[in-house]
Amino acid sequence: MKFHRMLTSSAAALCVAMPVSTLADTSDKSIALSNNYAGNSWRQAMLESWDKVTGAAVEEGVVAAADAFTTAENQATEQAAQIQNMILQGYDAIVLNAASPTGLNGAVREACDAGIIVVSFDGIVTEECAWRIAVDFHEMGRSQIEYLADRMSDGGTLLEIRGLAGVFVDDEISGGIHAGVEEYPEFEIAGSVHGDWAQDVSQRAVAGILPSLPEIDAVVTQGGDGYGAAQAFAASGRDMPVIVMGNRHDELTWWKEQKDANGYETMSVSIAPGVSTLAFWVAQQILDGEDVPKDLVVPFLRIDQDNLEENLANTQEGGVANVEYTLEDAKAVIAEAKD
Amino acid sequence: MNRYVSVDTLRLALPALSLAILLVAVFWLQPRAMSYTGLNLLFNLAVPIALATLAQMLIMAVNDLDLSIGAFVSFVACVTATYLYSTPVVGILILAASVGAYAVLGVIIHLRNLPAIVVTLGMSFVWGGFAVLLLPSPGGQAPEWARWLMTVRPPFVPVAIVASIVAALLAHLLVMRSSLGVLIRGVGGNARSVERAGWSVIAARAAAYGLAGFFAVLAGIALVGLTTSADAGIAQRYTLLSIAGVILGGGEFTGGRISPIGAVIGALTLTLAGSFLSFLRLPSDWQIGAQGAILIIVLAFRLLLNRLEARNK
Repeated sequence: MKFHRMLTSSAAALCVAMPVSTLADTSDKSIALSNNYAGNSWRQAMLESWDKVTGAAVEEGVVAAADAFTTAENQATEQAAQIQNMILQGYDAIVLNAASPTGLNGAVREACDAGIIVVSFDGIVTEECAWRIAVDFHEMGRSQIEYLADRMSDGGTLLEIRGLAGVFVDDEISGGIHAGVEEYPEFEIAGSVHGDWAQDVSQRAVAGILPSLPEIDAVVTQGGDGYGAAQAFAASGRDMPVIVMGNRHDELTWWKEQKDANGYETMSVSIAPGVSTLAFWVAQQILDGEDVPKDLVVPFLRIDQDNLEENLANTQEGGVANVEYTLEDAKAVIAEAKD
Repeated sequence: MNRYVSVDTLRLALPALSLAILLVAVFWLQPRAMSYTGLNLLFNLAVPIALATLAQMLIMAVNDLDLSIGAFVSFVACVTATYLYSTPVVGILILAASVGAYAVLGVIIHLRNLPAIVVTLGMSFVWGGFAVLLLPSPGGQAPEWARWLMTVRPPFVPVAIVASIVAALLAHLLVMRSSLGVLIRGVGGNARSVERAGWSVIAARAAAYGLAGFFAVLAGIALVGLTTSADAGIAQRYTLLSIAGVILGGGEFTGGRISPIGAVIGALTLTLAGSFLSFLRLPSDWQIGAQGAILIIVLAFRLLLNRLEARNK
């Protein structure tokens, strides 16, 4: 007890000693991260980024606490219970990567009714009282064609590598690519295969379709499939097309090797796992009284020829290129949504 | 141990005691929970689990095990969020038919002498398939009345507690106080003597399965009332949770030894254990293990009671 009192009094002294300027209006607020799954490298990176950025924010006194919770079984009912527990724990905001877009709506409603700010990202929820930071997969597909149009003014023949058939993300990115081709009719998609976002599947699929295709100028992808495509082209003895990459470590490494050997040029685009930190800052801004639109869009992490080395150095082996967002990034995203 | 307290009373007291201990621990960790809203938030997601546990208990009463409860409740949730919302008559017909299907399953399992675990495991894929057909992507809308039922705020006692007590009492009357209940438990205890006494074992099994289907339907509707919409895998966890709930509440896998009130308490205890671990700030990697540890501790006490019982005889 005595020790406890000592702790509180020294903490109080510390607060008094700290310069007032570093204390934001949210210094007494606490934010919780409700995460449904942690079983792959993307999610691990997401949690690491959260710890890094929010740890610093708590130390600086921007918020009082920013705790991360992950459910054990990736089930909507379990996460709903987790959110209800967070309400009881008295958090002021909940940042949420949801197991189901609709299965948590009841719990999210309870949180809103209790006056808690709910910000969902990546796995977003449809409940109207929550904020949504969504990924614009359609634009991710379209931007690839835009880049290629910039590079090849005469257009060219494309090979499309799709993701896992029947999954929403695959439909969206592919839809964006086809919309891009309509916008730039000088491009033509000669063939498309399903690479399941995995490099071995992509390599097999591309190797299988190549003999039936004319000369390919560029390969549009969804991420995780670029390295496999490159291997298939290398094995076929054809000229290496421009392969759009997806920020994976193996893809960036291969690109770097080619760049050093023969000046190979391409670009790479995907979503950074650090998007959790963007959601954190958005939640902090809402708590700060900022007027934030309910629907925001995640910026892509795009890697180009000149910042390849820097990004590759920051990417773990077997992982995905990551970026942690700052308060300024969040403000920019909010400002963009307001226009 | 107090020799004036019978082992049977202890057997019933154990689940209640575990719940009380956990509740005290939760209140101590999180005083905010000690309020009307707090109790509701702690227990409202336990209501569908309690109903699913009662369904599982009825199946276990006749010495069977239902591995399709989770998939079936998910299917009911999908029906509730689609047909029961848009065209209630069709929705009610579908749900009635699925309760009928449960009764028929009981008959088939009995007639062909099939292992219930295998049949229900197979059925879990059938229900899962129907659920995906109904709602290929998450969505749907909860019927107004279901939403009202689960979020109504009665005076003094939160709806989660009221619903749990009503479900427990209803099941208690049905299973412990009616002649049908005696018959069902008798089938679990000794099917042959029930048959020799002139009762129809097949009818008893069909009734047990049908009633289980009925409680599972209630679980699905209650779940959608809470979540406001459904997805095809929304209640996958319920299969194992319901079995654990029955056992935690004093039921046995064989012999028709079940306790409806215990089963509801078991379901509440399991839910509360999750909250308790979360309030403890235990890392998620440890939570499943810790939940298992709580189960094992309670079951160890049960084993002790069984030994005492054997010695007394």
